[in-house]
Amino acid sequence: MAFFIGRRAGKGRRAAGIDGTFAAGRSREAKKCGEMGPAQRKGFSMSYKFLTGVLGAAALAFTASAASAATLDDVKEKGYVQCGVSTGLAGFSAPNDAGDWEGFDVDLCRAIAAAVFGDPEAARFTPTNATERFTALQSGEIDVLTRNTTWTLSRDTKLGFNFAGVNYYDGQGFMINGKNLPDVNSALQLSGAAVCVQTGTTTELNLADYFRANNMEYNPVVFQALEEVNAAYDSGRCDVYTTDQSGLYAIRLTLTNPDDHVVLPEIISKEPLGPAVRQGDDQWLDVVKWTLYAMIQAEELGITSANVEEMMNSDNPEIKRILGQEGESTLAADLGLENEWVVNIIKGVGNYGEVFERNIGQDSPLKISRGLNQLWTKGGIQYAMPIR
Amino acid sequence: MQEHDLAFVRAEMVIAQAPPRGETGLVHWLRKNLFATPLDTVLTILALLFIAWSVPPLIEWAFINAQWTGTDRSACATVAQGGNQPNGWTGACWAFVNAKFEQFMVGRYPIGERWRVYLTGFLFAALLIPLLIPRAPYKALNAILFFGVFPIVAFLLLVGGFFGLSYVPTTRWGGLLVTLVLSFVGIAISLPAGIVLALGRRSNMPVVKMLCVIFIETIRGVPLVTVLFMASVMLPLFLPPGTTFDKFLRALIGVAMFASAYMAEVVRGGLQAIPKGQYEGADSLGLSYWQKMGLIVLPQALKLVIPGIVNTFIGLFKDTSLVYIIGMFDLLGIVRQNFSDANWASAQTPMSGLLFAGFVFWMFCFGMSRYSMFMERRLNTGHRS
Repeated sequence: MAFFIGRRAGKGRRAAGIDGTFAAGRSREAKKCGEMGPAQRKGFSMSYKFLTGVLGAAALAFTASAASAATLDDVKEKGYVQCGVSTGLAGFSAPNDAGDWEGFDVDLCRAIAAAVFGDPEAARFTPTNATERFTALQSGEIDVLTRNTTWTLSRDTKLGFNFAGVNYYDGQGFMINGKNLPDVNSALQLSGAAVCVQTGTTTELNLADYFRANNMEYNPVVFQALEEVNAAYDSGRCDVYTTDQSGLYAIRLTLTNPDDHVVLPEIISKEPLGPAVRQGDDQWLDVVKWTLYAMIQAEELGITSANVEEMMNSDNPEIKRILGQEGESTLAADLGLENEWVVNIIKGVGNYGEVFERNIGQDSPLKISRGLNQLWTKGGIQYAMPIR
Repeated sequence: MQEHDLAFVRAEMVIAQAPPRGETGLVHWLRKNLFATPLDTVLTILALLFIAWSVPPLIEWAFINAQWTGTDRSACATVAQGGNQPNGWTGACWAFVNAKFEQFMVGRYPIGERWRVYLTGFLFAALLIPLLIPRAPYKALNAILFFGVFPIVAFLLLVGGFFGLSYVPTTRWGGLLVTLVLSFVGIAISLPAGIVLALGRRSNMPVVKMLCVIFIETIRGVPLVTVLFMASVMLPLFLPPGTTFDKFLRALIGVAMFASAYMAEVVRGGLQAIPKGQYEGADSLGLSYWQKMGLIVLPQALKLVIPGIVNTFIGLFKDTSLVYIIGMFDLLGIVRQNFSDANWASAQTPMSGLLFAGFVFWMFCFGMSRYSMFMERRLNTGHRS
């Protein structure tokens, strides 16, 4: 009986889903495909986005009951966290030589596993592509989506998710060959340029909007597959390459002379990427949210994986509180976690800064600078809510 | 009558003479095959130029300049790219393939358990090769082992969870393992299922016929991508919350159904090519339906459609790459996925990886194609040229 009610509700939702689709379309699907396997990228133009919206809306109706289940209890019972990650995005989630998942998003998942179980290895990964990821979360196949997913209103409401925070502030940027265009240091000087862009992505739309808004001319050089765009840019067929900034750094690595190429400072779209969970399970949302905050807070307090042991004996009340060394504190218990959950996170994966530098920052081949993702005390906007 | 005496009958063979000088040797062969007409001459010269233009750089890239060993991207990147190679260097990055080779073969199968995959592969080869060699003995036993026992053993070995073998979820499978499992299951199911569907479609029983037609036409009318997409994205929404049903199994079912529908049409083509007299002859001998089909019609029909069957197999083998749509990675998928490993990001990595994947696919497809030609010749009973 419930099944049939669900189905009818699904149809009702479907009508609502159609106009929401393009709102969703402005966000991540097409964008991030840019750095995934090229085969995946190909299909994710409007039709897939449309499907995602419809499916998502239908799924919400179907799984309204599933969403209220206590994910934390389920996770504890099965003994591992199941995370959705991308099918391959340099620095964020990619398999290493041994075939284990590594990356910035992967480490966030491991941090959640460390917070719940004290073991960063108690995490399993489901590679999801841009279309699949939402149903995977809605249907309960994964517990949390740590997959470079942009936080947008329609995803928060219509798709029935809650975003637990922002672990990476991304946005669309421009890269130029500094040798050919030595005088250009701002995107506003790019009038008349030939711009390499991948077709069928929102990147293309953002590009058009930006140039029109600034009354500039440009010649789009569009390709279907990422390799083609890279080759065209590398061979000098266009002056400018545009895609998400995090992607630009990965692409720069594959160019003939990476050092000649400069990523311009302008960011023309907002892409806050963060972990998402199902709506209606506040306890699990809290666990994911505070795991992220704890990592950021730990960096702010200078707690690293190297010094966490000695920090546990610190006199600083804030550090004592976050590391669970305050006698009658119920902070961890209120979250449903062990007292030393933060210690476990830091021991397992390190603080936010360590994770950043190891996977995408200066210690990685990508060498992405912290930029907006710097702590608020150091000029960025990463700001953790107080743990007390 | 008397003229017979005048006839000359040569009693011994003329001594064979060497062919005229212009009709033998390399020069003749060249003139006959490459420079027979002005058009041939032009085409030959163009082809030679094309080879001279394309092959040496390819050999230089793939072998002479290639980097065979290394532990990360610095092996395959130039100094300007942050690596060890001189600037301007281009060459295949076989070091990438080398480092990822096991992953390309078995995906993310746990390292300590990989012997299980290799053992399965060994059993597969050990049972398949004698089955393919017509002279090898014990065909019946071999076939029972291969089609009956091997799948069970392979399932137990690969999935585990029994007899002290740890359970390996299919999400950790990948690479050639996924390609081969998908195509083996697809092939093993689609041939019998296709034959049954083809017979059903030609049946006189209206319900059976209609069901077969509906199945075949529905599946054939939908792209494989859609079938996989529905199976992976839509199906979980219809199942009760909390129940998940293995993604790989969904893909297997999708691929098998898909191949069966195509196989049915190939077999039907063969059935229609058998003259009516064969059916009537079988009937007049008093054979039952299954005897008629099994003894008279199918052996002839299947022999006729070997090229079509192998075509479907090869298509199926290559279609397995489409499982990327449901987040599974076959050989091609896992090669592409590894392009996103920042430790190996270089300008040469994608081309090297794709060339390797292409070569492996080509080996399997070419093998299947050659074997089918061999079978055709062997089964040719000489009714046709």
